[in-house]
Amino acid sequence: MPGVWTLAEFRENTINSVSYELLAWGRSLADTLGVELSSIVLGYEIKDVETLFDHGADTVYKIDDKRIEHFLPDVYSNILCSLVKQYDPQIIIASATTYGRTIMPILSTKLNTGLTADCTKLEIGEDGTLLQTRPAIGGNVMATIRTQTKPQMATVRPRSKKPISYDKSQGKIIIPKIEDELFKSAYRWIKFEKDESTDLPIQEADVVIAGGRGMKDEKNFEMLYELAKKLNGVVGASRTAVDMGWIPYSHQVGLSGKTVSPHLYMALGISGAIQHIAGMSSSDIVIAVNTDPDAPIFNVADFGIIGDATEIIPELLKALGDKDE
Amino acid sequence: MKIGVLIKQVPATDKVRIDEKTGTMVRSEMEAELNPLDMYAVEEAVRIKERLKDVHITAITMGPPSASDAIKDAISIGCDDGYLLTDRRFAGADTWATAYTLSMAIKRIGGFDLVLCGERATDGETGQVGPSVGAQMGIPVLTYVSEIVELTDGYVRVKRSIEGGHEIVEVDLPALISVVKEINDPRIPNLSGKLKAKSAEVKSFDAVSIEADQSKIGLGGSPTRVVKVFYPKLTRSGEIVRSKDPQSAAEALLEFLKSKEII
Repeated sequence: MPGVWTLAEFRENTINSVSYELLAWGRSLADTLGVELSSIVLGYEIKDVETLFDHGADTVYKIDDKRIEHFLPDVYSNILCSLVKQYDPQIIIASATTYGRTIMPILSTKLNTGLTADCTKLEIGEDGTLLQTRPAIGGNVMATIRTQTKPQMATVRPRSKKPISYDKSQGKIIIPKIEDELFKSAYRWIKFEKDESTDLPIQEADVVIAGGRGMKDEKNFEMLYELAKKLNGVVGASRTAVDMGWIPYSHQVGLSGKTVSPHLYMALGISGAIQHIAGMSSSDIVIAVNTDPDAPIFNVADFGIIGDATEIIPELLKALGDKDE
Repeated sequence: MKIGVLIKQVPATDKVRIDEKTGTMVRSEMEAELNPLDMYAVEEAVRIKERLKDVHITAITMGPPSASDAIKDAISIGCDDGYLLTDRRFAGADTWATAYTLSMAIKRIGGFDLVLCGERATDGETGQVGPSVGAQMGIPVLTYVSEIVELTDGYVRVKRSIEGGHEIVEVDLPALISVVKEINDPRIPNLSGKLKAKSAEVKSFDAVSIEADQSKIGLGGSPTRVVKVFYPKLTRSGEIVRSKDPQSAAEALLEFLKSKEII
């Protein structure tokens, strides 16, 4: 029986946690269908491949080659195409990261099959097909989508499922033979410039401390970094704060920024325009602090305080500091 | 250099109606605008035109006849001309069928040295059409581009904004680039731009004129189908308290964080 595949993802040769989240989704699909779950590993000198077995994989298809040390969309899609033709999976899922959202549309076009973006739920329908549920129009609408062609392909929103532990002592690694021809690339990879900050990308953080217009100025964002540090989180921002130049665009949450689903989202001095709410409404717990009692952010908050965030956060930092001692 | 910019008209309001039967968005009867994230692609094309000699920019969109307004918006910012792909047979297309249709139109126009598009549209939010058009055309795709570092008639070097940093990559032309918001600060159209747009003729294509395979367009040509649409409850009924003073507000926050076992 054709199996379920996940595309494992790496940052600097190390497996990224989104790879385990994909396996958690994949495991539930493969179990329902009664088929094997495989993870596809493409890269060079990749560490910890065995950990994929601890998180749900039955099989790993590994291509470890110097020529694919960096992400080359043409080579990666050519290799994946040839693997699909050889092993015939019925479902392929990848994470809705910059990698997944680049490779999957290219691959699905080459395979002449459908692709659904940024799913928050995957399940097997009564007829055995993949039901892919995703938010659209800023989360105002949820649509369930079915693919009529094979393989059925979807990207999955990071943090939409918790990794599982799986006891697979006999996972097998398959090393497929790839023709040299497929490694020819039109891309010339030059270099990677790592961000100075060691913070996680906001889409992958457990805690996001987000500030908006109500933080009043750039200097006040310092207290957000301090709070984020204390809560093991990262700093996010509304569009206004980014447009004011208080923080780079990569921190923007919302329709024209990133979509986040952290365990805790703190909206500080953010009124909650519909475009902002679109980017954070799938968070587990939402705390809002805003001076305006009618701010729409309070409609999506689990706990809200009507007050000035720039006065309250310093007090919170003090209180948290006391706790440490 | 011939530059094509792929744009989309999106609903301007957050009130969107979904056709219960087909599960696709009803695009008539609502206010529409040029997808905000496409503005960055249009702006970047115009900046290239200002920098290099002999650049011609063509905007392309697919949609109902009223989507010609999006083309006019692009012309008002500095695009030279534009095409609207409009045909009832295109309706209900998913990203695969949309990318096929756009790539056939690009072929009909005679191809481009560089195709630019936005990261994604703010309605469908898939970000799939751009890369898929590149794959249909068989040209290199550069996604999440935050800077065009170098561009000549022969090649382009870009900076891609990815998780944890930026990647520098180079390809020979032709190529497709999807840009992110970091790349520039789009201008507001000036009076002469607006006048130019007003008198501009938006050329249109139908399924026959782009020689599209009828089995690959519209809802019928789409490999995916919407089977169910529902409206999630976005609101939460959390406790909202008024801060008496910053100190007691901070204490209340601390208690809440403790109750959720965050600290």
